[in-house]
Amino acid sequence: MPLLEVRDLRTSFHTRDGIVRAVDGISFDVEAGQTVGIVGESGSGKSVCCYSLLQLIPQPPGRIEGGTAKFGDLDLLQLSEARMRKVRGKRISLIFQDPMTSLNPYLRISTQLIEPLLIHEGLSKSEALARAIAELEAVGIPDPKSRIHSYPHEFSGGMRQRVMIAMALITRPEILIADEPTTALDVTIQRQVLDLIKTRQDDLGTAVIFITHDLAVVSEVCDYVNVMYAGRFVERAPVETLFARPRHAYTRALQRSIPAMQKKGEILYTIPGLPPNLANGVPGCAFAPRCEAHEGGPSHAATRPALVELESTHWVQDCPGCLAGAVATN
Amino acid sequence: MSYLELENLTRHFVRREGWPIPRKTLVRAVDGVSLQIEKGEILGLVGESGCGKSTLSRLIMQLLVPTSGSVVLEGERLADLAPAEIRKRRRDFQMIFQDPYASLNPRMTVFSTLAEAILTRRPELARDRSALESAVAALMGRVGLDPRYIRKYPHEFSGGQRQRIAIARALGPEPKLILADEPVSALDVSIQSQILNLLLQLRDELGLTMIFISHDLSVVRYIADRIAVMDEGKIVEVGESDALFNSPQSEVTRTLLKAIPKIRYPATAPA
Repeated sequence: MPLLEVRDLRTSFHTRDGIVRAVDGISFDVEAGQTVGIVGESGSGKSVCCYSLLQLIPQPPGRIEGGTAKFGDLDLLQLSEARMRKVRGKRISLIFQDPMTSLNPYLRISTQLIEPLLIHEGLSKSEALARAIAELEAVGIPDPKSRIHSYPHEFSGGMRQRVMIAMALITRPEILIADEPTTALDVTIQRQVLDLIKTRQDDLGTAVIFITHDLAVVSEVCDYVNVMYAGRFVERAPVETLFARPRHAYTRALQRSIPAMQKKGEILYTIPGLPPNLANGVPGCAFAPRCEAHEGGPSHAATRPALVELESTHWVQDCPGCLAGAVATN
Repeated sequence: MSYLELENLTRHFVRREGWPIPRKTLVRAVDGVSLQIEKGEILGLVGESGCGKSTLSRLIMQLLVPTSGSVVLEGERLADLAPAEIRKRRRDFQMIFQDPYASLNPRMTVFSTLAEAILTRRPELARDRSALESAVAALMGRVGLDPRYIRKYPHEFSGGQRQRIAIARALGPEPKLILADEPVSALDVSIQSQILNLLLQLRDELGLTMIFISHDLSVVRYIADRIAVMDEGKIVEVGESDALFNSPQSEVTRTLLKAIPKIRYPATAPA
C-alpha cells in the first residue's frame, strides 16, 4: 500500500476564455521514502497538480473536478479545511521555487521556524526554539544559535532555501513537495541544496515529490519520473528506464533539448511550436502539432490517448505517432 | 588593439556596519580585471553569485565609476568622456537582463518599448510613423516574433517570447556590444535552447560582440568562444571554452564544473 495514492485527479480553472483543464486525469503513487519526479514545461500543470493535493488552489476560479488522493485513511481532496490544516505543514510540507517570496520579510527566522511546532506539536516556545536551532544546524547553517534571530534579508539565496527546507522538515513530514526548489539558484548552490534534500531525506525517511523542468536534475535525484504535458502524464517510468529507453516523442524531445548535451557549433535542438492552449480543449494527442512527423509513419491518435503499461512500471500514452521512432523495448 | 579592453579595472565599495559608530570594511567587488575582447567574439563570464560578475558588467556599461583602471572601446578611453558624451555612447552598449518579467515595462506595448529603443539611434523616425512602425516590425522579425503582436503588452507573452522582446530592445539602438546578464537562467530548459540559438544567429548576422554572463558553465560552454572565470573580484582563468571545459586549471572552475547536474544514464535515443 503506497503512502500516497492519487487517482484520476482533475483540476480546472474557469476563466473568461473557457474552462482550462490544467490537470486532466492523472494518477500516481508515492511510496514511503521514495523520490517521485514530475517534469514538464511551464504551464504543463505540474504545480497545479501538487497544490491540488494540499487544497491550495484558489477556488474559484479553480475547481477540483474529481479524483481521489488516498493518504493513509484520508482522502486529501475531500478533507475539510480544518482537517486539512492538520495535514498541511505537518504530514505534508511544501518548499517553493523562490525562497525570498515565501519567507515573511517582517518576521525573524525564529518566529517563522517555530510556528509549525507551536501549532502542530503544542511545544513551548523554548522547546520549539531548541528544536529549530537543531534543525538549522542539520541543514548546514553556520552558527545557528545567533543566526536564528536574523531576518530573511540577512541570508543569501542559498541560505534562505536552506531555511525553507529546515522549516518544511521540522515537523518530520511524511511527504515533502519540492516545487522547483533550485531553479532560482546558482549551479553551485543548486548542487548543495540538492545534496541537502537528499541527506535530510535519508535521515528522516521522508518521501519527496520533486517538481522541475530540468531533466538533468531529475536524473540525479528521482527514483521514479512522471513526464507531464498539457495536463496529463505522457510517460511514467523508473528513472533508469526513462533515460535509457524513452518511448514517448515528448520525452525524447525534452532530452534532446538540454543545451549541455549538445556539441558546440551545432544549432541547438529545440522543440518546435508551443504547448497547446488548454482553454480550447485538446481533441486528440496533445503533442501531435509539435511532434516532428515521421513521413509515412503512423498518424497521431485522434482521441486523447490513454496511458498503457508497456512493461512493468513503464507507462506511456498510447499514441502511434508519438511512439514511432522510439528504440524498441529492451 | 582589441575591440574592447579592460585595463586593470577595479571597483571597491566601503561597507558600513554597526551602530552608533559604523565599522568600515572595504569590499573589493572587482579587483584588477584585465580582459580583451575582439570584434564579433562572445566572451563567457562565469562565477558563483557574489563573485563580482554584475559589478563588472555595470562598470563596462558605465553605470558605475571605476575606482581605478579603465574601459577602452575601439581605442577610446570611456572614463575620459564627459557625462553627456557617455549618455550618447550608451547606445553602443546594451544589456539583456535575467528576468524578462521584471525588465520590461508592463505598461508599454511591444511597439512603444521597441520604438523607444530605435529612436535613440534614429530620432528622425519620430516624425515618420509608418517608417517607425516598419522598423519595429523588422526588429520583431529579426528576433523571431510575429509582427502581428506589435500592440500587445508584455504580460500577454510567454517567458521565452518576453526574452525575445528584451533582446529586440537591446538590438534597437544598433549597439556594438551586448552584455547579456544570465539571459536564459530564468527560462525553461527547452526555451533556453531557442534563446541561445537566437543569440548565436544574431551574432553571425549582425557581427555582434557579446559578453555572456552566467553561473551555468554548460550553457556558457556552448555559446562562448572564450570563457573567463571570476572569483572574489578577480579573473582566475581565461581560455578557449572547450579547453577550459576539458582541462580546467583552477579550483574555482573545477567546482563550477562539478556542480553541473548531469544525466546519469546513457541516452540511447536516436540522434
